[in-house]
Amino acid sequence: MTTDNQTMPLLRMSGISKSFPGVRALECVNFEVGEAEIHAFLGENGAGKSTLLKILSGAQSQDSGRIFFDGSDTNFASPRAAQMAGIVTIYQEFTLAPDMTIAENVFIGREPGSRLFVSRRALEQQTQALMERIGLDRSPNALVRDLSVAEQQMVEIARAISMKSRLIVMDEPTSALSRTEVQKLFAIIRALKRDGISTIFVTHRLEEVFEICDRYTVLRDGRHVGAGSVSETSIDGIIRMMVGRELGLLVKRQSTYATPDIALAVEELSRRRKNTDASAIELHGVWFNVKKGEILGIAGLVGAGRTETARAIFGADKIDSGRIIVDGTEVQITSPRDAIDYGIGLVPEDRKQQALFLSLAIRTNLSIASHDLISSLGVFINADKEDQLVDEYKSLLNIRMSSPDQIIGNLSGGNQQKVVLARWLALRPKVLIVDEPTRGIDVGAKVEVHNLLFEMAASGIAIIVISSELPEILALSDRIVTMREGRITGEIAGADADQEKLMTLMTLTKDRAA
Amino acid sequence: MIKSPDKETDQGIDAFSFLARFAPLIFLLLLMAVFAILEPRFLSSVNLFNVMRQVSITGLLAIGMTFVILTAGIDLSVGSLLAFAGLVAAAVAKGGMQDRFTVGDGAIGYGWPLAALAAIAVGLLGGALQGIAITKLKVPAFVVTLGGMSVFRGAALLFAAGGPISGFQPSFAWWGQGRIGPVPVPVIIFLFAALIAHIVLRYTRYGRRVYAVGGNPEAARLAGVNVTAVIWSVYIIMGFFAGLGAFVLAARLNSAEAVAGTGYELTVIASVVIGGTSLFGGSGSIFGTVIGAVLIGVLLNGLVLMNVSSYVQQIIIGVIIVLAVAFDTFAKSRRRKA
Repeated sequence: MTTDNQTMPLLRMSGISKSFPGVRALECVNFEVGEAEIHAFLGENGAGKSTLLKILSGAQSQDSGRIFFDGSDTNFASPRAAQMAGIVTIYQEFTLAPDMTIAENVFIGREPGSRLFVSRRALEQQTQALMERIGLDRSPNALVRDLSVAEQQMVEIARAISMKSRLIVMDEPTSALSRTEVQKLFAIIRALKRDGISTIFVTHRLEEVFEICDRYTVLRDGRHVGAGSVSETSIDGIIRMMVGRELGLLVKRQSTYATPDIALAVEELSRRRKNTDASAIELHGVWFNVKKGEILGIAGLVGAGRTETARAIFGADKIDSGRIIVDGTEVQITSPRDAIDYGIGLVPEDRKQQALFLSLAIRTNLSIASHDLISSLGVFINADKEDQLVDEYKSLLNIRMSSPDQIIGNLSGGNQQKVVLARWLALRPKVLIVDEPTRGIDVGAKVEVHNLLFEMAASGIAIIVISSELPEILALSDRIVTMREGRITGEIAGADADQEKLMTLMTLTKDRAA
Repeated sequence: MIKSPDKETDQGIDAFSFLARFAPLIFLLLLMAVFAILEPRFLSSVNLFNVMRQVSITGLLAIGMTFVILTAGIDLSVGSLLAFAGLVAAAVAKGGMQDRFTVGDGAIGYGWPLAALAAIAVGLLGGALQGIAITKLKVPAFVVTLGGMSVFRGAALLFAAGGPISGFQPSFAWWGQGRIGPVPVPVIIFLFAALIAHIVLRYTRYGRRVYAVGGNPEAARLAGVNVTAVIWSVYIIMGFFAGLGAFVLAARLNSAEAVAGTGYELTVIASVVIGGTSLFGGSGSIFGTVIGAVLIGVLLNGLVLMNVSSYVQQIIIGVIIVLAVAFDTFAKSRRRKA
C-alpha cells in the first residue's frame, strides 16, 4: 500500500516553511497526497495544519518550499487560482449564501448561460445532476437557509465537484454531524474516490481515520513527524506522534493547595444547538467540581465544549438544563452579573474581543467590575481609591505600565492579561475560570502568569484552567477533566496525567463511567 | 525586552493624541481669528453672545447626543421630538390649543414650571420608547430613530393642526430671552448642563459604564455591566435634553410650532462628531462636544456676517462632518498600527 504509486503523486508539498511575527508556524514540512486517496491530516491545536492548508488553498503564501500538483510546479496566488487548478477547500464555517438557492450557491460566479443572462434551466438541471450524484434529496431551488448542517455540507461538496476538482480538502467535516450523517458523508467521500477524486480529511476523531482513510500525515509544532499507511499504524501510534514533544520550560508543579471543600459543582449541564446557529457547540450533561485552592484543568480539542462550559457557568450563554452549586448552595445564574455576585470570575479566551476596552485607560479596564470598592456615595468613582487599587495590583502582579491613565491597547499581551487577572482578583472571587491564560503572550510572561495562578490557588481561590496547550494543563493542574463533543470523557489526577493519556481521553468516544 | 518598544510608541501616541484631542479647539480659535480679521463685527460682545445663544439649543441636544454616540448609537429623531415636546409645553402654558381643546381651569394655562415639566416628560417618554425598541426589539438605533423622526414630526403636526402657538407669559419667555448680567439665560442653562454631564461621564460609575459599553459591549457584559440598561438610559437622557431644548427654544421664540427643529439632527450630530466623539463609540467628551457646537455656531454666524447664502452654509457643514469622521478613522488606524 505504501508503494502503490511509483510516479509523482497528485500533490507534493516539499520543504514548506512559514513564519508569522514571533512564531515559526511551519518548518520544512513535506506533505504528499496520491491519486484517488483519502488522506488523514492530523495534529494537535496549533500544530500548523491550518497554515499548511491555507497555503495549499492559496489563501496564504509560503516563505519557502515548493508545491507540485498534478505533475507541475505550482504556486497558488489566490483561492481562485487553487480552485481553477482543481483544489477546493471546504471550511468548517461554510461559505454559502443562506438566502440564495442551492443551485445559485453551487454555481455562484460560474453561472451557465450567455454573457449577460443566467440560464435558470441549465442551472437547475446541472445542479440536479450533481445532487443526484451525491444523494442530496432536495429541490435545486430550496433556500440554503432551510437546509440542515449536513445538507449544507453536501451543497459545498456539490460545488467542489462542479469545479472539476481533483482534490477536496475538508476541515473537520464531521464535527457538526450526527452518526448517520457521518456515514452518509463517508459514502460520498468513497464515491468521490471511485471517480478518482482525492480527499484531505482533517479530524479530531481518530477512529474515523481508521474507518475511511488510506494514508495519514501528522504534524507537531509546525514539523512533519510522521506519515504512512493507516493500515500499518494504530490509534496509540498516532497519539504518540501527535503529542510527543518535550515539556520544555513548563515543569510539573510539586505542591498543591487543594482543600477538601468543594467551591463549585456543576451537574448535568446541557445546552442544545439552536436552529439559527448551526455552528454552536452542544453540551451534554457536563459535570465536575472544583475545590477551594484547587486548580482544575479542562482539556479538550477545539470544539470539545470547554469554552462553552465556562461561558455557561458564568451566565454568558444560556443553558437548557443543569445545576450550578456554589459553596454547597444551588444558584440560578442568568447573566454574568449574577455569576460575579456569587463570586465567580471569568478570564475569557479572546482577550481583545471579550475582555479589554482597548481604547480606554488601564484604570477603566482594571476597575470595571469592582466599582463597589472604589466609589464615594455609591455614585462617584473615587480617584484616590482607584489609584490605590491600580497601584496595589501593579506591584502585586508586576504589571509594567507608565500610569493608570495609559491606554491599555499600548501594553504588551502579557501585561494586558495581568490587568484582566487583576480585574477579577480585586473582587476576591471564590472561583476563577481562566480560559487560555497565556494565549498570545511571550514565554517570560507565561511563567509569571502561571506563578500568579499558583498564588491565587494558595490564597484559597478555586481555579479552573482551560488551555489548548497540553503542557500548560499538565503544568498547572491538580486534577484534569477531559472533554470531547460537549461531554466529559474522563478525569485524571494531575500527578498521573501525561500527554498521551490526555490525548487518548480527548479523542475517544467512550463516555466517562458515572 | 517589552519595555523599550512600549516606551517609544507611548510617546509617539501621546504627541499625536494630544493633537487629536485639541484639534477642535485649535480649529475653533483659528476660525475665530479668520472671521475677526475679515469681519470686525464678529468679535463684538453682542455678536458673540448672540452666537452663544443660538448655539445653546443645539448644544443642549448635543450633550444628550454625546451619551448616545459614546455607546456607538445614534438618534435622528431629536429635531422632531423637540418640536412635539415644545408644542405640548406651549399648550400647557397657554391652557389649550386655540379653540380645539383646553388644559386646566378656565383655559388660562399653567405657569412655566409645569410647561417645562411637560416638555421634559414628553422627551423622556419619547426617548424611553425608542430605547425599548432598540434594546428589546433589537432594531438598529438608526432605523428606530429614523422612524421616530417621522412619528414625532407627524405627532407635532397633528397636535398643532398646522398653526403655531405664540405669546407666553413673560416669566416663561425669560428662560429663552432673559439675561443674568450680560449673559443670556439659555447660555447659562447650556453651560450648566454641560458641566453636570461632564461630571457624570468623567467621575461617576455610570459614566464609566457608558464608555465601557461603547468601547466593547461584549467585554462590558462579561465584566458584569448591564449593557441593555446602559443603552436604554442614553436614549432617555437624549429625550430629556430634547425636552429641555424644546422648552428653551419655545421661550426664546415666544412660540412653538410643528416645524421647529427641522434639520437639527444634522447640526447636533455634527457638533458631537466634530468635537471628537467617535461614531464607533467608547471615546469622546462633553468638552469636545461644547467646542464642536460652538465651532458650528461660529462658522454659521461668520458665514452669515459675510453674506454667504444659507445653501452654501449647508454644503460647508456637510463637508465638515465627513472630514471630521475621516479624521477620527485616521486617528483610530494610527492607534491600531502602534
